[in-house]
Amino acid sequence: MSRTTIICIGCPKGCRMKVESERGEIKKISGFSCPVGKEHARKEFENPTRILPTTVRVKGGELPLVPVKTAAPIPKKLLLPAMREIARIEVEAPVYTGQVIRKNFLETGVDLVATRDVKRETSDRARITA
Amino acid sequence: MKADIVIIGGGVTGSAIARELARYNLDIVLLEKEDDVAMGTSKANSGIIHAGYNADARTLKGKLNVKANPMFDKLAADLKVPFKRIGSLVIGFNEKDLQVLKREKENGERLGVRGLEIIQGERLFVIEPNLNPEAKYALYAPTAGIISTYEFTIALADNAVINGVKVLLETEVVDLVTEGSKVTGVKTNRGEIKTQVVINAAGLYSDKIAAMSGDDSINIRPRKGEYHLLDKNWGNFVNHVLFPIPSKVSKGILVTPTTHGNLLLGPNSHDVDERDDPATTASGLDEVYSGARKLVPGLSRSDVITSFSGLRAAAEDEDFIIGPSNRVRGLIHVAGIQSPGLTSAPAIAEMVVELVKETLGEVAPGKEIHLKEDFQETLPTPVIFNEEYETGNLDGWQKLVKENPDYGEMICRCERVTKGEIIRAIHRPVPARSLDAIKRRTRAGAGRCQGGFCGPRVVEILSKVLGISPLEVTKKGAGSEILKACSKELIRRAGDGDEI
Amino acid sequence: MVMRFNYDLVVIGGGPAGLAAALEAENSGIENILLLERDKYLGGILQQCIHNGFGLEYFKEELTGPEYAGRFIERLKGSKIKVKTGTMVIKISKNKEVLALNREEGLLTIRAKAIVLAMGCRERTREAILIPGDRPAGIFTAGTAQRYVNIEGYMPGREVVILGSGDIGLIMARRMTLEGADVKAVLEIMSYSSGLVRNKVQCLDDFDIPLKLRHTITSINGKKRVESVIVSQVDDRLRPIPGTEEEIKCDTVLLSVGLIPENELTREIGIDLDGVTGGPVVNEVRETQVEGVFTCGNVLQVHDLVDFVTEEGEIAGRAVSKYLKGEREWRDQPVRLEPGKNVRYIVPHRIDYRDKDRKRIKLFMRVKEPGKDVKIKLRDGTGKVLLAYKREIVTPGEMVTVFLPEALIDENMSRIKISIEKEGR
Ligand SMILES: Cc1cc2nc3c(=O)[nH]c(=O)nc-3n(C[C@H](O)[C@H](O)[C@H](O)COP(=O)(O)OP(=O)(O)OC[C@H]3O[C@@H](n4cnc5c(N)ncnc54)[C@H](O)[C@@H]3O)c2cc1C
Ligand SMILES: Cc1cc2nc3c(=O)[nH]c(=O)nc-3n(C[C@H](O)[C@H](O)[C@H](O)COP(=O)(O)OP(=O)(O)OC[C@H]3O[C@@H](n4cnc5c(N)ncnc54)[C@H](O)[C@@H]3O)c2cc1C
Repeated sequence: MSRTTIICIGCPKGCRMKVESERGEIKKISGFSCPVGKEHARKEFENPTRILPTTVRVKGGELPLVPVKTAAPIPKKLLLPAMREIARIEVEAPVYTGQVIRKNFLETGVDLVATRDVKRETSDRARITA
Repeated sequence: MKADIVIIGGGVTGSAIARELARYNLDIVLLEKEDDVAMGTSKANSGIIHAGYNADARTLKGKLNVKANPMFDKLAADLKVPFKRIGSLVIGFNEKDLQVLKREKENGERLGVRGLEIIQGERLFVIEPNLNPEAKYALYAPTAGIISTYEFTIALADNAVINGVKVLLETEVVDLVTEGSKVTGVKTNRGEIKTQVVINAAGLYSDKIAAMSGDDSINIRPRKGEYHLLDKNWGNFVNHVLFPIPSKVSKGILVTPTTHGNLLLGPNSHDVDERDDPATTASGLDEVYSGARKLVPGLSRSDVITSFSGLRAAAEDEDFIIGPSNRVRGLIHVAGIQSPGLTSAPAIAEMVVELVKETLGEVAPGKEIHLKEDFQETLPTPVIFNEEYETGNLDGWQKLVKENPDYGEMICRCERVTKGEIIRAIHRPVPARSLDAIKRRTRAGAGRCQGGFCGPRVVEILSKVLGISPLEVTKKGAGSEILKACSKELIRRAGDGDEI
Repeated sequence: MVMRFNYDLVVIGGGPAGLAAALEAENSGIENILLLERDKYLGGILQQCIHNGFGLEYFKEELTGPEYAGRFIERLKGSKIKVKTGTMVIKISKNKEVLALNREEGLLTIRAKAIVLAMGCRERTREAILIPGDRPAGIFTAGTAQRYVNIEGYMPGREVVILGSGDIGLIMARRMTLEGADVKAVLEIMSYSSGLVRNKVQCLDDFDIPLKLRHTITSINGKKRVESVIVSQVDDRLRPIPGTEEEIKCDTVLLSVGLIPENELTREIGIDLDGVTGGPVVNEVRETQVEGVFTCGNVLQVHDLVDFVTEEGEIAGRAVSKYLKGEREWRDQPVRLEPGKNVRYIVPHRIDYRDKDRKRIKLFMRVKEPGKDVKIKLRDGTGKVLLAYKREIVTPGEMVTVFLPEALIDENMSRIKISIEKEGR
């Protein structure tokens, strides 16, 4: 039997919940004060996921970066591998909010999408890249 | 490289000397180890143009202060430097203090300081309403003034450059070259300069420069003074420079408005070991704050916008050391220039010019020197949005924006500095090449948000105008780069090494 | 010559507060509206808040900062509101004349019938908390660092110590880590983090970043660039405890030590500020003591939820319309809203108008200290409890809101005191 502590993020109370498990299988969840908490504990134990908001480099844009996010949560353990992959991406301006930057990103079934418009550069915002 | 005269140190002393010597047909080079002039003591002091009543009449300090004080009206006007003769008050609380004030007054009168007066009672609070109500007497010196110390230093250097002086920044003197008992040049990190006359105005390092020639007669002890600077909404809280009763070595923790309308508190005074340690300390700043509150109890620490410290270059007997080296010919020391060194600078410069003439007569007897006819006494009027705005000259500014839209782009929101002003600062005779250098010339980043807003914008402007990568832009010279990497560079590298 | 314009409404600041105020004023029938923004783009601070967590209340979906701002910017495109970006407002006079500066037109003065102040806030600096030591490169406020990383495209540091565990500090800890920096620690002088639990878990715990509670920086070392910080534990009065010093090597310090409403323009108009919020004193429609000058968003009170900012902008927008149309009815005397036990402040500060159409007034407040199972009690001048709300938990980091039903506001009432008390008895 092993015990894992999970802090609930549902509200400011931040309940410390305990998940007891055997060989990865949940036996008991305790310490929650509402059903939302219990469900959160289950999910965090079985497959913790996060939305990843970050940026992608833009070529020829009026800004050097465009903010992006995974359109849905991806497994938490993929956050850093995803960042490394994203570091290699460069998109051509213009970019539009909602534009898919990578489909089925890292085989997660989730798309990487832009969260703002970046127009093509017109004026003086040319940048020197080192 | 060759020069008639090499000046070591781009503080107020070296810069004033450079400008004064530039009046003559001489080939002058000023060397400064930092990335800008006014990076030593001349950027962090009280900025008071002292009336001159408190120094001993027999000392150089005493003589030069009194001589220099009246020179500031013309100098400031010529060089377009903010300067205000607001007068000073030394505050006394009891009979014993009154005796000190009387002594200072007599001393001042002997030195020729004009207008000294002892004020007491009601009148004290009419002219200084926020003064500690327990104050009883004050020595009033109407000729005392305030100046922007680094702007003054930069302006002197700019004016010197306009008149032919070469200012070499990031150029550190590492050795003096002598032949027999004569100076023949200086060695720097960028090569050697041949010269027969070297002026040692290296401030805290003037003893080190002396030692390079085997002259160990000078011994500088750094003495730290810390300050708090308050937000502009405190600028009118006092009307004069307020001093406490002085101690033996210091004029004490003062309270004064600055030329830009902030309020300055400090300095304390502590001997320290290191010459390049301008760190502030919690205990020191507490001392400054409580010291200032003794004069003006209504102060509040919640409006401190920055704190800093400066190091006094105190020589053994506490007086200035100005004169030829007694070890090698061609070397002139201008050392131990502690307070009132800022005030005295123009008089020191005149004195040094005479010494240079004598020295040249000795080491280069053939050289004929005379005043240049085309010496430019003045600097052009600066373009400052905040000033035009405050004096109501909106149409004038409007014309400027039409000619150059950069004057319509506000970069520093706190001090109201436009992009045009920043670009101008980069192109001044002594160019601004770092964030701090921009700040000293334009005030961008000197306000209440301390560059939080304009920092990234100034980095971008510097990088574009200088044609360098933003990664190369510094706060105050090499080693103080502001940014560490381009976006994605770190994470990509972490990926290549496959660990994070 | 300085350009001159006339508008019915001038909105200053194009963040979520200003955007909402302008749009809602137009919805309520005001036509001649000008929005001034000093940045090149609209959206305010949201532009750099690229993380998700915005809009759950207002849009009932989770958006990132730029997406949230984008929705309003889209709406603006379909409106008749005139927008000038890259335009810095320099002065506002009492008679509602606005002086501004931009590249294209230079100086412009705009006569307005009404003004909405929505200038947001700025960050407190190292000096605000008096950290002594050297003055090297590498000290940034968290928001400035956020701008470099998320907009300008540069990393301001590699080895980072963050002071302050509010949401901005926590968000930046994750952001810097994701971009390859090493965040050594987040320090918090209080015994609790003022950030959301969710941010603590997802920004620190996810990446094993230590949170040191009851710790602060007592010195910053480094001549040219930050080399290390000295960190000390603090006692109950938040003073460093001698002997607990510890040196942490780092090249960068990020400060997330609070926000200050940006009210220099406001003060120049002659509007009084509330010493606690740092924002203007306002009535229920967010009108300042100068009639026709309204305010909303972070310039009024520092918000943690952008949804509330939008709501406040809309209140101000509707109020402008009523003001310009002369559809207002003053009460004989205002009702002052007074903070009582464990209430740090309340916005609005008072109720000035009668309004039959309105059913209730939403009150925003912050507590001084965290509390569990509390009651929020509203009392009238006689001490009679008018209304009480239960809350399982209140924390200083999260705004508390309650409704004051119109029916409870009596014509003769002059004050209501609100306190937050432990439940029971
Ligand atoms: C706390 C404090 C308060 C003061 N208040 C006042 C006041 O109110 N009024 C007043 O009149 N005076 C005041 N003073 C005194 C005044 O600030 C100094 O006298 C004056 O600034 C000294 O200028 P300087 O040029 O001699 O030295 P600095 O400004 O220190 O200049 C010396 C320069 O030499 C450079 N240098 C050093 N070594 C080398 C090298 N090897 N190669 C190249 N360059 C080198 C340094 O980088 C530096 O820039 C105050 C001083 C302090 C510390
Ligand atoms: C780092 C950070 C993270 C946050 N995270 C969250 C979150 O996860 N969820 C959430 O709901 N909320 C979050 N918030 C809070 C929320 O985003 C803010 O409260 C909200 O954006 C404030 O809106 P505002 O319009 O009042 O101010 P701002 O967005 O600051 O806009 C003010 C605008 O006024 C302009 N302006 C100022 N002065 C002038 C002038 N003189 N002339 C012209 N223009 C001027 C400024 O340029 C700016 O664009 C966060 C805030 C920050 C700072």
